[in-house]
Amino acid sequence: MVGLSEAPQRAPGRWQIAEVERIRVETPRTKTFRLRPPMWVPHLPGQHYDVRLTAPDGYRAERSYSIASSPLDEGAVELTVDRLDGGEVSTYLHDVLVEGDQVEIRGPFASYFVWRGEEPVLLIGGGSGVVPLMCMLRHRRRTAPDLPMRLLYSARTRAEVIYADELGDDAIVALTREPEGAPAPDLPRVQLGRIFPGLLAAEAFDSGLAFVCGSNSFVESIAQMLLAVGYAPDRIRTERFGPTG
Amino acid sequence: MAGEEPGFVSRGFVGKPHGPGADRLPPGQYLERGFPVLTAGPTPRVEPSDWSFRIDGMVDHELEWSWEEFGRLPAEDVPCDIHCVTKWSKLGISFRGVSVDVLLDSARPQGEFSMARSFGGYTTNLALDDLTGGRAWVVTEHEGAPLPREHGGPARLLVPHLYFWKSAKWVSGLRIMDHDEPGFWEANGYHNRGDPWQEQRYWSD
Ligand SMILES: Cc1cc2nc3c(=O)[nH]c(=O)nc-3n(C[C@H](O)[C@H](O)[C@H](O)COP(=O)(O)OP(=O)(O)OC[C@H]3O[C@@H](n4cnc5c(N)ncnc54)[C@H](O)[C@@H]3O)c2cc1C
Repeated sequence: MVGLSEAPQRAPGRWQIAEVERIRVETPRTKTFRLRPPMWVPHLPGQHYDVRLTAPDGYRAERSYSIASSPLDEGAVELTVDRLDGGEVSTYLHDVLVEGDQVEIRGPFASYFVWRGEEPVLLIGGGSGVVPLMCMLRHRRRTAPDLPMRLLYSARTRAEVIYADELGDDAIVALTREPEGAPAPDLPRVQLGRIFPGLLAAEAFDSGLAFVCGSNSFVESIAQMLLAVGYAPDRIRTERFGPTG
Repeated sequence: MAGEEPGFVSRGFVGKPHGPGADRLPPGQYLERGFPVLTAGPTPRVEPSDWSFRIDGMVDHELEWSWEEFGRLPAEDVPCDIHCVTKWSKLGISFRGVSVDVLLDSARPQGEFSMARSFGGYTTNLALDDLTGGRAWVVTEHEGAPLPREHGGPARLLVPHLYFWKSAKWVSGLRIMDHDEPGFWEANGYHNRGDPWQEQRYWSD
């Protein structure tokens, strides 16, 4: 980490103008934006950045986006954004932003929904709720590949599975609306239908934390199931994206 | 406040029509029509018969009300706007409950700070200045109906002039203190006071 330890890290939280280095289409509705802020600060898996858009008349819109990339990916921050029809910020990021553009961001923020190396860890995500969990999974693969960590990921269809080529035996994907007669999904571990209590019970650990992220209704139903399979409330950390679910 | 980058404009960004109501939105907030739910963990189930509200710590008189006793206190309607640190605001919402002034009146606080606590272990700190003077309530109704469980029912604190995490759901009491201490989110990266008009979101703000 030559060059990083010398100067004291600038505190997070100042707005910076980052460059959009690369845009990757993940699924028809999601894109990953690889950003390069001038002052990069290592983040904890689970943290988020704020993105701010400013119109010529000074009007501004701000939203939060979880970090998808590992903090070992120095100098860059990847955000994966779901495009919501009629959404103010996500449609701008999807439809207007191109590589080489600039975007204002600040972060990383928050220290509750973060993974600090605890084990074992159960990750449960719905839709774009998989983003901060992917950061945890990626970071674990690069720092402690043997640490017990499992991902349960609920998506509507195979086509909507984000990061599909990175999902291994440590991930089960639940496809809730895969059309009848669709070809068998090319994923290591799949189940058709919602995440159900029996699946959770089979994948649950006797100790350690569960991180649950997604829409409010998803988080609420998973949290109730976790309580039922024996997770005490203080073992369950939740993050709820998006106003409705 | 965070540092400004004067003059930066996002190429091609116009934004939603920012018409009436825009002046009631603090910086960085957007108008939300639903009523999102944000909680750090699972939603606790608190029955009114198990609920009580207690004021303790540095007070002349520690006090506790059961649900029934609380229902006999003078209540008022509280029309307000609420602002969540995750960026949404909701305008023209209404709650009903008991002013914290009424609750503190007979307890006689001897400290300047407080920690609100909730069923489920949540805490949030508030200066007494922010809790008194008709600016904070313990509410039990939302839009004329009992406060739903996911929004903190049977009772939550309501401090609309601060970010909404200060309005502790499933509130169970207030501890009056002679010093300030961070509560749950305040210990986890969020601002100690949380004034939306000064955009006090995070520690560094
Ligand atoms: C901590 C945190 C982390 C997050 N991480 C991620 C992430 O990693 N990836 C991600 O994709 N999202 C994430 N989110 C959600 C994100 O912040 C935004 O809420 C999301 O992108 C929607 O913003 P928007 O501006 O596109 O939509 P908004 O303009 O806020 O609209 C939201 C929804 O309401 C609808 N809507 C808007 N206006 C109207 C109207 N007038 N009438 C009817 N409906 C309307 C829109 O169609 C849309 O579906 C995160 C949120 C938080 C709080």
